[in-house]
Amino acid sequence: MTDWIKACAADDVDREDVLRFDHGGRTFAIYRSPDDGYFCTDGLCTHEAVHLADGLVMDHVIECPKHNGQFDYRTGAALRAPVCVDLAIYEVKVADGDVLVRVG
Amino acid sequence: MAGVPPAAPAAGGAGGLRHVVVGAGEAGTRAAIALAARSGEGHRVVLVGEEADAPYERPPLSKAGADGVTCKPIAADGALAGVKTVFGVGALALDRAARVLRLADGRVLAYDRLLLATGARPRRLSCPGGERAAVLRTRADAERIFAAARPGARAVIVGAGLIGLELAATLRGRGLAVTVIEAAPRALGRALPGPVAEAIVARHRAEGVTLRLSAAVERIDDGAVVLRGGEAIAADLVVAAIGVEPEVGLAKAAGLACDDGILVDGGLRTSDPAIFAAGDCARLAHPRFGPVRFETWRNACDMGAAAAGAMAGEPVDHAPGTWFWSDHYDLGLQMAGRHDGGHRLVRRDLPGGFLLFGLDEDGRLATAAGIGPGNAVARDVRLAEMLIEQGAAPDPALLADPAAGLKTLLARG
Repeated sequence: MTDWIKACAADDVDREDVLRFDHGGRTFAIYRSPDDGYFCTDGLCTHEAVHLADGLVMDHVIECPKHNGQFDYRTGAALRAPVCVDLAIYEVKVADGDVLVRVG
Repeated sequence: MAGVPPAAPAAGGAGGLRHVVVGAGEAGTRAAIALAARSGEGHRVVLVGEEADAPYERPPLSKAGADGVTCKPIAADGALAGVKTVFGVGALALDRAARVLRLADGRVLAYDRLLLATGARPRRLSCPGGERAAVLRTRADAERIFAAARPGARAVIVGAGLIGLELAATLRGRGLAVTVIEAAPRALGRALPGPVAEAIVARHRAEGVTLRLSAAVERIDDGAVVLRGGEAIAADLVVAAIGVEPEVGLAKAAGLACDDGILVDGGLRTSDPAIFAAGDCARLAHPRFGPVRFETWRNACDMGAAAAGAMAGEPVDHAPGTWFWSDHYDLGLQMAGRHDGGHRLVRRDLPGGFLLFGLDEDGRLATAAGIGPGNAVARDVRLAEMLIEQGAAPDPALLADPAAGLKTLLARG
């Protein structure tokens, strides 16, 4: 069982927005949904290695900043071409105002 | 709307249609994948491509990495599983009366619906020695250029458009001396508002690229580009990047209506209702822009997907906005909307870059261009694109204010 790691403070991420989180040589994206749910996916688009944290969050969708591929960041599901491979997702919880992720 | 003629009985499909897609670039491949996704309806899909390679993305070709030409496939493994592919074979002729496509290897493909996604071909220099200049369109073109791109070599690029300057950045990154020759008095004049073009040009100059504006090429000798007036610029590598011509040969010979592109309506139909066109080769009757031909990656993707829907009999009224990106060193440019010198420009400064909004005479947002490190401007340009689609007329003071989030200006719900 891997440990929970602090990614950021809960209010570091704006509502309906995304933040980049690098850890252990990997990069992740932390999302805060319009209803204050927190989610975590791999940080790079599955189409071309582009940081999703530069992309636009609308509702529960993250759009890649380069080619407009879209994913549901809650499930990692690829929603729109050119992406066709789902994003990996990771467990998230909020405790004492911090966003904790399990990215093992 | 023109009626689609009744389909001939399809061989092998229960009431399905025989779809033939000519051209395996972005538009054709996207269309074929989208058509194959409807294969449950009994459609058969054939994708014909002149290049022997499996379909690949063209944008990375001008940005080759240190380990050679970047060749990124369009279709992930299995995505073309429902498509019969014929690669490495050109299309010779279209017989509309018989509804068959004749291929260079003698094969004859019958179709009920045919998509022309024949793309465009680079313009060649017409001056003496013009054939000595490489062009950049295909993987083979890129391999030729980058094989000659040794550190210390002297490259001369003719044409200071987006492709020419992207290539200049890449070649500088590989240690070449780069000169760019442009006939017009300014670089990037066609596609971009002045201040954005100037920012990109300034970066190229700072990186050591020599720009020769208002300069005409007289001829290309072995080892030199000679300008009108007689000046010779030594060159180990010469590349012509002076735009493209739509590939309309097949369509024209078959009598389809063409005018700098194959003419299509909002349903992407040509003057023959069984034949559709998409991508760089197609000139769309656009409700806002008039007849227009886009040469962008996004357009090829979206038009290909829309054509697939139209060919499958779905109602399609294609009236896209336009958007593109371009990379120069670590600078990323993105632009939404169609540049028009008559727009009122509003600038928003950002760390390391800026956004430039173009407002039309009614105060509606018509364009947004941004330049900055990496993908720093992507989010704002995307939001601006949505505002353009909504016909928004935002307060220019808010557009200029970096603290005013563009998302707050969107109509949601």
